[in-house]
Amino acid sequence: MTDTAATNANPETGSFDYSRYVTERPGGVAALSLLVGNIHCAACVRTIETALEGQPGVVEARVNLTNRRLALAWRDGAADPARLLSRVTARGYRLAPFDAALMNKQDRTRERELLRAMAVAGFAAANVMLLSVSVWAGLAADMGPATRGLMHWVSALIALPAVVYAGRPFFHSAVAALRGGHVNMDVPISLAVILAAGMSLAQTASGGDRVYFDASVMLLFLLLVGRYLDQRMRGRARDVAANLLGLNAVAATVVDRDGQRRALPVADVRAGMIVHVAPGDRVPVDGRVTAGRSEVDNSLVSGETLPQPVAPGARVFAGTLNGGGALTITVTAAGDDTLLADIVRLMESAGQGRSALVRLADRAAQIYVPLVHAAAALTAVAWLAAGAPWTVAVTTAIAVLIITCPCALGLAVPAVQVAAASRLLRSGILVKSGDALERLAQVDHVVLDKTGTLTRGQPDLVGKVEGCGGSVADDLLARAASLASASRHPLARALVRAAEGAGLHLTAPGDVREEAGSGLEGMVSGHRLRLGRRDWCGSADSDGASHSEPGPDRSEGGLRNAGGEAGTGGDGEPAAPAGPELWIRDGDAPPRRLCFVDQPRSDAASVVRGLQGQGLGVSLLSGDRPVVVQAVARHTGIDDWAGALPPAGKISRIQALAASGRRVLMVGDGLNDAPALAAAWVSMSPASAADISQTAADLVFQGERLAPVHEALAVARKARRLVLQNFGLAVAYNLVAVPVAALGLASPLVAAVAMSASSLLVTLNALRLHRRPRVVGAAPSGDAAADVMAAT
Amino acid sequence: MSIIIYLMAAALTLGLLGLCAFLWALRNGQFDDLEGAAHRILFDDDGADDGDTGHPPGDQSADRP
Repeated sequence: MTDTAATNANPETGSFDYSRYVTERPGGVAALSLLVGNIHCAACVRTIETALEGQPGVVEARVNLTNRRLALAWRDGAADPARLLSRVTARGYRLAPFDAALMNKQDRTRERELLRAMAVAGFAAANVMLLSVSVWAGLAADMGPATRGLMHWVSALIALPAVVYAGRPFFHSAVAALRGGHVNMDVPISLAVILAAGMSLAQTASGGDRVYFDASVMLLFLLLVGRYLDQRMRGRARDVAANLLGLNAVAATVVDRDGQRRALPVADVRAGMIVHVAPGDRVPVDGRVTAGRSEVDNSLVSGETLPQPVAPGARVFAGTLNGGGALTITVTAAGDDTLLADIVRLMESAGQGRSALVRLADRAAQIYVPLVHAAAALTAVAWLAAGAPWTVAVTTAIAVLIITCPCALGLAVPAVQVAAASRLLRSGILVKSGDALERLAQVDHVVLDKTGTLTRGQPDLVGKVEGCGGSVADDLLARAASLASASRHPLARALVRAAEGAGLHLTAPGDVREEAGSGLEGMVSGHRLRLGRRDWCGSADSDGASHSEPGPDRSEGGLRNAGGEAGTGGDGEPAAPAGPELWIRDGDAPPRRLCFVDQPRSDAASVVRGLQGQGLGVSLLSGDRPVVVQAVARHTGIDDWAGALPPAGKISRIQALAASGRRVLMVGDGLNDAPALAAAWVSMSPASAADISQTAADLVFQGERLAPVHEALAVARKARRLVLQNFGLAVAYNLVAVPVAALGLASPLVAAVAMSASSLLVTLNALRLHRRPRVVGAAPSGDAAADVMAAT
Repeated sequence: MSIIIYLMAAALTLGLLGLCAFLWALRNGQFDDLEGAAHRILFDDDGADDGDTGHPPGDQSADRP
C-alpha cells in the first residue's frame, strides 16, 4: 500500500461525522477503528499513540503497524472523539473511519482457528511422541505389558481430544467435498487420522502393540502448519483489499444554500450538491468546477504524471488530488456513478473472465486419493484371501493408509510456496496468493504498461540534448532551480533534482509569486526570473496547449502540462523529445526552453532483452500518445507496441492474446491499468501504483528497478520445479512404504520414522529455493509455530 | 516405577500450562501486530507528549517515485 486517500477532519472543512462508525463496548466504552493513511514506520506509531494516550477519557489508543489501523476507545461522554482525532490529523496523518463490516470476519476467525488447532496438535504431538519413544525404548529393554498399557492409555487420553479438536478443519472440508461429489486432499487425510486413532484405541483396549497415536497427531500437526502458512499468505492480500474498501468512507464538505459547511459521508452526497475541496485534499466526487483555480493531480486516475490546471468549467474526478488552491465543485456524480466506480466495475467483469487455474495440489489429489484407497482395499482383500483373521487384515490396511502419508503431499506445495514467497519478499516483492506463483510459472507473454512501469513515472530534465536545455548555462540553471524550489509542481521538483544532481548551489528565492497553471515569478540573487509556461515567459509564438479533460480514455504520461506540449520542430526550435517543457526567462533576455522526459527505469531495456532471451513475447500497451510510446518501445527494444489505448482496449488486447493460447503476465500501475491487471493470466504492479491496481495485481514489487519482474518469473519457475520434485519424492517414498506396510511390516516405530523423514525431506527440498540455506522466516506464523513448540 | 506416574503427570501439566499460555496470548491479540511489536520495545516510555518523529509523514504527491 502506498497511500490511502483519506480526507479528514481539518480546520478547513469542519469536522467529519464519525458517529456512524462508532461501536459500543460493554462498560460504557465507545470504540472506533480507523485507517491511518500515511504511516510508514514505528516512529509514526509512537507519535500517534502519545498524541492520544494522555488525553482524558481515552481507554485505548493502539496502532497496528501490520495492517495500518488505529484502534481508539474512550469512555463514552468523557472524551470528544473529533477533538482526539484532530490531535492526530494536526500531526499530519490522514485518517479514514474503517467500517468494521468490511472486515472479513470469517477469514480472520478461520486463521485464528487454524492457529489454535495447530497449537493443540503441536502440544499433543510432542507429548505423545515422548510417550511413544518410551515405549520403543521399552521394546529393547524390559518394559512390562502393564507399563506399556499405561503409556498407551495416557497417549490415548492426550491424542483423542486433540484429534477431535485439531482435525476439524480437515473433517469439515472433507465432508463438504464428498457432498459435492468429488474428492480433495482432505478426504484421505481425515480417513487416515480417524482410522488410525480408532484402531489405536481398539489396540490399546485389547493390549495390542499396533498403536499409531503419535503418527495420527503428528500428521495433523504438520498438515496444519502447511495450512496455516497458506492462510497467512492470503490474509495479507485480504488486509490490503479491506483497506482499499475503507477509502470509500471519505467525507465530502458540502456547502449548503446558506453557505454553511458540513461534512457528509460520500455515500450520502447527491448530484447537484455543492462541494468544497480544500488544498491538498482528495476530490471526493466527480463534478464540474464552479469557483477557484488550482492544479489537480490525476496520476491515480489516468497515470498522468503532471498536475492539470483547472479553472471554473473544468471537470474533476473522484480520487484525484487537489493542489494548491481551494475549489468549489458542483457534483455531477457520486458513489456508484463515479469514474472510480466505473473502473472498479470494469475490473470486476474482467476478473470474472479469468480462466480458473486447477492447482497442482488438487490435480495431485485427484490421482493420489483413488490410488491410495485402492491400495488399502487391496491389502485387506489380499490378507483375507491368505487366510488371516479379519482384524489383522483391517489393521494392515489401515497401516497402509497411515504410512502413505498425505503429509508429504500436503506439505509439498505450501512449503515451497512459503519458501518462494519469503525469498521474493527479501527482494521486495510481495506475493499475494499461492496461485500467483503457479500462474507465473506458466507465463509465455509479458505485457508492459509504459508510464510508471517501464518508465519511472516522473519527469527528469533532459541533459545535453541539442536545442533543449543543453545550452542553458549552469548559473541560469542554478537560478531557475532556486526559484523552482518554492513550488511543489513535479516539473519544478525535477528541475531542483537535476540542479542538485549537477552539484549546483541553490539560493533561497525571494518575493515569489505562483500563478496556478501558469508558472512562478521571483527574485533570485538579484535577477527577476519567470519560470513556467511558454506564454507566461512571454515567448512570442505560443502554441496554446489544449487541456482536454482527464479521464481513463486519455493519455497517460504527462504530456499536457503547465508548460504546454513540446512542439516537434514546427516552431523554429529544433525538434525536441516529445515530453513536457518549462520556459525560463532571466530579466529581459529571451526565454529559454527546458525539456523533460519520463525516463525509462534504469534497467528497463536489459530486463526486456532478458525476457525476450527466454523466448517470452513482450508487448507494450499504453494509453499515451503513440509518438511517445514509440520512443520508449524503441529504447527498450520492444517491437510490439500500441498507444492511445483506453482501459477497455488494453483488456481486449490481452484477451486476444489469451484467445491465441498465450498466458499473459501484465505489469502496470495506473488506475486505468487495473481492469487489464484483473483480466490477465497473472499480474504485477509496482508499489508506487494506485491502490486499486495493487489490489488487482497478484504481486507487488518495490524499488526503482524493473528487475523484480525477471526475478519473480525465475523464482516462480524454480518453485514449480521444486513442487514437482516434491511430488516425485512423495511418489518414490510411497512406492517403498506401501509394500512395506502391505506386508504387515509397518510397526508404529517404522511408521513414525518413515513419516517424519518424508515430511522433513519435502520441507528441506523446498528450502533449496533460498540461495543460501537458511531458515524460512517468511510468515510471522513461524514465530507462532515456535511458540507452540516452546510451549510443549 | 511408580515415580513414572508422577513424572508423566508433571510433564503433562507443564505442557498444558504452556498451551494455555499460548492460547491466552492469542486471545489477547498478541499475534495481531507482529511488525509493530518488534519496534515497541525500542520506545522509551518517559511520557513525553510532544510526539515528534523528526520527520513529517509522507505526502501524497511524493507517492510516485
